[in-house]
Amino acid sequence: MTIQSIILAGLDGDRSWRLADYVQRGGYEALKKILAQKMTPDEVIAELKKSSLRGRGGAGFPTGLKWSFMPKNYVGDKYVVCNTDEGEPGTFKDRDIMRYNPHMVIEGMIIAGYAMGAGTGYNYIHGEIFDLYLRFEEALEEARAAGFLGSDILGSGFSFNLHAHHGYGAYICGEETALLESIEGKKGQPRYKPPFPASFGLYGKPTTINNTETFAAVPWIINNGGEKYLEAGKPNNGGTKIFSVSGHVNRPGVYEVAMGTPFATLLEMCGGMRGGRKLKACIPGGSSAPVLPADIMMDCTLDYDSISKAGSMLGSGAVIIMDETVCMVKALERLSYFYHEESCGQCTPCREGTGWMYRVVHRIEHGLGRPEDLDLLTSVADNICGRTICALGDAAAFPVKSFVKHFRSEFEYHIENKKCLVPPDVQRSGSDFFVAGKN
Amino acid sequence: MLQLEIDGKQIEVPEGSTVMDAARQIGTFIPHFCYHKKLSIAASCRMCLVQVEKAPKPMPACATPVTNGMKVMTRSEVAVKAQKDVMEFLLINHPLDCPICDQGGECQLQDLSVGYGGMASRYQEEKRVVVNKNLGPLVSTDMTRCIHCTRCVRFTAEIGGFQEMGQAFRNEHAEIMPFIESTVDTELSGNIIDLCPVGALTSKPFRFSARAWEMSRRKSVSPHDGLGSNLVVQTKLDRVKRVLPLENEDVNECWLSDKDRFSYEGLTAEDRITRPMIKEGGQWREVDWHTALEFAAKAVKGAAAEHGAASLGALASPHSTLEELYLLQKLVRGLGCDNVDFRLRQSDFSADGKRMGVPWLGMKIAQIPKLDRVLVVGSFLRKDHPLLALRLRQAARKGTQVSVIHPTRDALFMPLAARAVVAPDQMVGTLAQVAQALAGIKGVALDASVPAVTVGDEAKKMAESLASGANGAVFLGNLAQQHACASTLHFLAEEISRVGGLTLGFLGEAANSVGGYLAGALPAVDGLNAARMLAEPRKAYVVLGAEPELDCADGAQALAAMEAAQAVIVLSPFKGRATEYASVILPVAPFTETSGTFVNTEGRVQSFNAVVRPLDETRPGWKVLRVLGNLLGHSGFDYDSSEAVRHDLLGESAEVSSKLSNGLSRIAVTLKPAAAGLQRVADVPIHFADSLVRRAESLQKTKDARPPMAAMNAATLAGLGLSAGDKVKVKQGAGVAVLSAALDDTIAAGCVRVSAAHPTTCGLGAGEITVERV
Amino acid sequence: MLSQEAQKQIDREVAKYPADQKQSAVMSALRIAQVEKGWLAPETIAAVADYLGMAPIAVYEVASFYNMYDLSPVGRFKLTVCTNLPCALSGGVHAADYLKHKLGIGFNETTPDGKFTLKEGECMGACGDAPAMLVNNHRLCGWMTPDQIDKLLAELE
Ligand SMILES: Cc1cc2nc3c(=O)[nH]c(=O)nc-3n(C[C@H](O)[C@H](O)[C@H](O)COP(=O)(O)O)c2cc1C
Ligand code: SF4
Ligand code: FES
Repeated sequence: MTIQSIILAGLDGDRSWRLADYVQRGGYEALKKILAQKMTPDEVIAELKKSSLRGRGGAGFPTGLKWSFMPKNYVGDKYVVCNTDEGEPGTFKDRDIMRYNPHMVIEGMIIAGYAMGAGTGYNYIHGEIFDLYLRFEEALEEARAAGFLGSDILGSGFSFNLHAHHGYGAYICGEETALLESIEGKKGQPRYKPPFPASFGLYGKPTTINNTETFAAVPWIINNGGEKYLEAGKPNNGGTKIFSVSGHVNRPGVYEVAMGTPFATLLEMCGGMRGGRKLKACIPGGSSAPVLPADIMMDCTLDYDSISKAGSMLGSGAVIIMDETVCMVKALERLSYFYHEESCGQCTPCREGTGWMYRVVHRIEHGLGRPEDLDLLTSVADNICGRTICALGDAAAFPVKSFVKHFRSEFEYHIENKKCLVPPDVQRSGSDFFVAGKN
Repeated sequence: MLQLEIDGKQIEVPEGSTVMDAARQIGTFIPHFCYHKKLSIAASCRMCLVQVEKAPKPMPACATPVTNGMKVMTRSEVAVKAQKDVMEFLLINHPLDCPICDQGGECQLQDLSVGYGGMASRYQEEKRVVVNKNLGPLVSTDMTRCIHCTRCVRFTAEIGGFQEMGQAFRNEHAEIMPFIESTVDTELSGNIIDLCPVGALTSKPFRFSARAWEMSRRKSVSPHDGLGSNLVVQTKLDRVKRVLPLENEDVNECWLSDKDRFSYEGLTAEDRITRPMIKEGGQWREVDWHTALEFAAKAVKGAAAEHGAASLGALASPHSTLEELYLLQKLVRGLGCDNVDFRLRQSDFSADGKRMGVPWLGMKIAQIPKLDRVLVVGSFLRKDHPLLALRLRQAARKGTQVSVIHPTRDALFMPLAARAVVAPDQMVGTLAQVAQALAGIKGVALDASVPAVTVGDEAKKMAESLASGANGAVFLGNLAQQHACASTLHFLAEEISRVGGLTLGFLGEAANSVGGYLAGALPAVDGLNAARMLAEPRKAYVVLGAEPELDCADGAQALAAMEAAQAVIVLSPFKGRATEYASVILPVAPFTETSGTFVNTEGRVQSFNAVVRPLDETRPGWKVLRVLGNLLGHSGFDYDSSEAVRHDLLGESAEVSSKLSNGLSRIAVTLKPAAAGLQRVADVPIHFADSLVRRAESLQKTKDARPPMAAMNAATLAGLGLSAGDKVKVKQGAGVAVLSAALDDTIAAGCVRVSAAHPTTCGLGAGEITVERV
Repeated sequence: MLSQEAQKQIDREVAKYPADQKQSAVMSALRIAQVEKGWLAPETIAAVADYLGMAPIAVYEVASFYNMYDLSPVGRFKLTVCTNLPCALSGGVHAADYLKHKLGIGFNETTPDGKFTLKEGECMGACGDAPAMLVNNHRLCGWMTPDQIDKLLAELE
């Protein structure tokens, strides 16, 4: 039997977020199991390693391995931090987890605290979903009242405190060290690594940061065993993954599927292409993942390895679907604007380079392109890549490089003809108001 | 130790070193902007990218820890390409306006871009323009040139102690700025000018006055506080244009206080006197040196002959050179007079004759960061000793426990273990409490002369803190040294040091606070000290470098004494109020125009040369005193250089350490009940402390130079029926000043803070003080 | 400067962090102050700095870094429309155009009656509900078709 749904399984819309509902769905059983069986932290981590769970925040780093980096005999505070900053354009899965299943995240974080000997956790929730920040605080109250959270959890002697912290409009705070700076009450400017958070994290203390979806997967793994989770996906790509599908499909929204599911299947689940138009391009892992043309994308399965082989990234699982009405120059212009706007301004290549790239793309889109611009763009993007403090530089460069690479002729057309191949009215109607996903 | 290879060179570095540290160790230059050895690592400019074997991408040298066996290539194709690319990014939005930039010729961006910049810019878009900020009277901005290295921001937060600058906004719209409508106001803010690698932050007083390459660089020593910061004085056409730090890790590191940096503006003060003047028949006239010196010699000799040698008095500024101080005392002693002193602000001299040596810091300045426990008694630490405070702050932030006993709760920008804010007359009692508590913890008996006291919480905390360390010190600051019971405080501090196994130190007030003692510029046998010379007015005074009404403990009394004397010989670069009471004014050189020596608070003998020729007819003080000695017929005044004077005093080796000691024989400690009336807390504001800085125009525009007020805490104000802003009449001794009352809750109860050394308050005397509404 | 109520709320946030890390509450404190005062005037920022024992410029760095803080006055209702690519593919730009037309203002402008300010926003993590829009920072609205926009505007009083 294939398991398609773990985190979003059995949810009943807005009614399901309360503790009672979660408990009814088997919630906090994993925590109870760990405490009752007196599982050792090492055993918990071993289970995660077996599951082959990889971080759902974008980089896909093996979670069990990450947890094992936390110093064991450290004297002093250690922290667990959940990354619900979800700012990567196209990504909106963590919002649904927080909306319908906050206790699963809480339980995952408590287990993480247990496994890594951390006494305190923070969940960093982006400001735009402020109602869910409030909801999460309520869920925390419920968990505290029920004895799942706080000191001496369920009489086990293990204590863990968890708090919510909100962002207020900065994409970069999704980057883990920027997020830590932000919790520390500073602007969200990433730190240079090393030192890594596992040795120098929040307040300079050992810290592990995981994505919301990553934490949410943990209780199931403990309840059902790491192997089961691995089996649900494919080797090296364990479990299920929640995809946020946006753009030109009939039913944009959040879909949890087993790792390794063919892209075509997901497209079908989304009701296929809007208006029956043809798929032109897809960004498979959030706006920083390189764009892939339709033919390459259609051959992919949805897992880290397949998409990376195709030259892009699974990233956060944000699938942005573009049909043939899309002007790739304009699409890139908007993304470049985003990265330029969201650059934290700290390091030179990103601060200066993102603005440069945006201005050049903007010129091309507005009929002021020059023949040498495409090489210039690629060169500037290359000069940013790998030279910055954090991966936002790469994130800004990848779209530029991939759009120019895969759709070069379209850019050339713009430069030569001072206009787009796709007529403006077609572009406009293709991206008109569309509300089919609303249930 | 770790082994690594940089550009083929093998080296060994300590654990925890970065690639940048390693490269510096072997003198390999890696281009950089944000890196600065004294600041935290930002790793943000990306200029220092180098190739590291096996690393997939270039690594920032400043932030990459060395690992054993690492191979680094700083000039490989990969490294140079990365560096050039970063340089291109740095330049795209830079105005490239070097010809009109004050930093031109000393700009790190300009220097590096010659090697790394491309010929023509590939950036064809519009460049960014950033609005300039008003940072106050000292630092000028041109923010479009800023490359966001954040050195200035990190300096204010990490070294200055209070974040005055920040990087606001984000992306390419990020702006380096102070808080809205704020300026940079700490006593260290000028350092951001040096730190700024480009022309974004430049010196406002210096602006556009010379190009870097037109100026000569001469070494000198700061004449202000006891630290003796090492200076590079830049001159053009025999004029001082600018002062920069001369790096000396043991003294000022790479920093300067704003006072050290900008006081040179006082050199060209309006009342600079450049020709000798004498007053005859109530009229001042300029005369030649010979006439002036004859006149002076005659006046001195006359008074001595008429009223006896003891009717003379010599007062010297502690900012005078060692040579001047030495010759001055030699001069008066040659006349058979022992009345000479340089301790003009001191009021308690009962330690004279009981001291075992020259009071000093008790250690090397560079040892301060290694202390783990410190008690500071009576010091406006940041303002009196900006760079010592900086060192202590660095230590405190790394865990040194610092405690403070002082009448005001000044913002020291460092964590404190304990703090007692007590009225001046309660400082003795508080110190006695600490002594008693510490003796108790250590199980060592206190000297019998220390009376038993009830130990308060704060004193107990201090004692516990001091007792728990391995390397502690007690420092007596300016206020403690100027205190009416200075000797008692000294003795108690010594007791605390003894029972606690701590080092006792004096934070030297002035450039030659140690030198004055070494020079013997104080009574040796039966002479009068500075206070008594004024309380028991002399017939004739020789005043060296001082403005008695501003520089003495009791300004009113000093002025009265000057006015009543039959002859006052003033040796000074400035007229000041000397024209009101002097008989002759001899224009002697400020520190930039003479050679000389300052012995700093750690006993470091620092000699320096003139950096420019004396202005007009000005003469170095040591020469003037030499000729005066000759004219008075003294022997042993035939020096042909200031070095010869110093040799005469200190010998060839100039070794003084054996003369330094903070030891004191027993002083009977008497505890006084709290005074019934108001007590004055008289700080000497940083920019009024000596005659040169008083005249430095830009410094006089800073917040630190705001005119004195009568500041009190809320309860004290209310108790007097006053509110902030009221005009009040302040009376002390025979003097009166009209000031505004101010609310300042950092001041101990029952005290009024009225700054000294200022024209508006110098009429005040000593002792009891009253404040009432006008 | 900060009301009792605001201080109480800030204290609650401060309690989440270690005792020596009050500064961690600065984002909440600014949010609380902004909700109370409508925008973050320099005095308000200084008051927050004072309350949390921070340097004012350090608070200003934070206030100016995050998009949702307003450093200048805004209308009673600040409408932030996401025009990022995923939203744009399903009408985000149209929604913004519709609002501009309907309110007669452009981005970063306020209606003459001081009621509405329009802002262009970045991805709000609600791309599935495109077009997405924020009302006064804390209310996230999805599927903002002309009908929905009309309804919303009518409801905002
Ligand atoms: C610019 C940038 C933005 C990011 N945004 C997010 C985000 O919104 N959510 C997230 O979970 N991870 C984000 N990440 C990845 C995090 O840095 C980090 O790798 C992740 O939270 C780790 O969790 P995981 O191992 O569970 O994936 C971002 C990274 C970068 C460089
Ligand atoms: S002003 Fe100068 S020191 Fe400050 S960030 Fe800019 S370039 Fe660096
Ligand atoms: S000097 Fe290393 S990044 Fe700036």
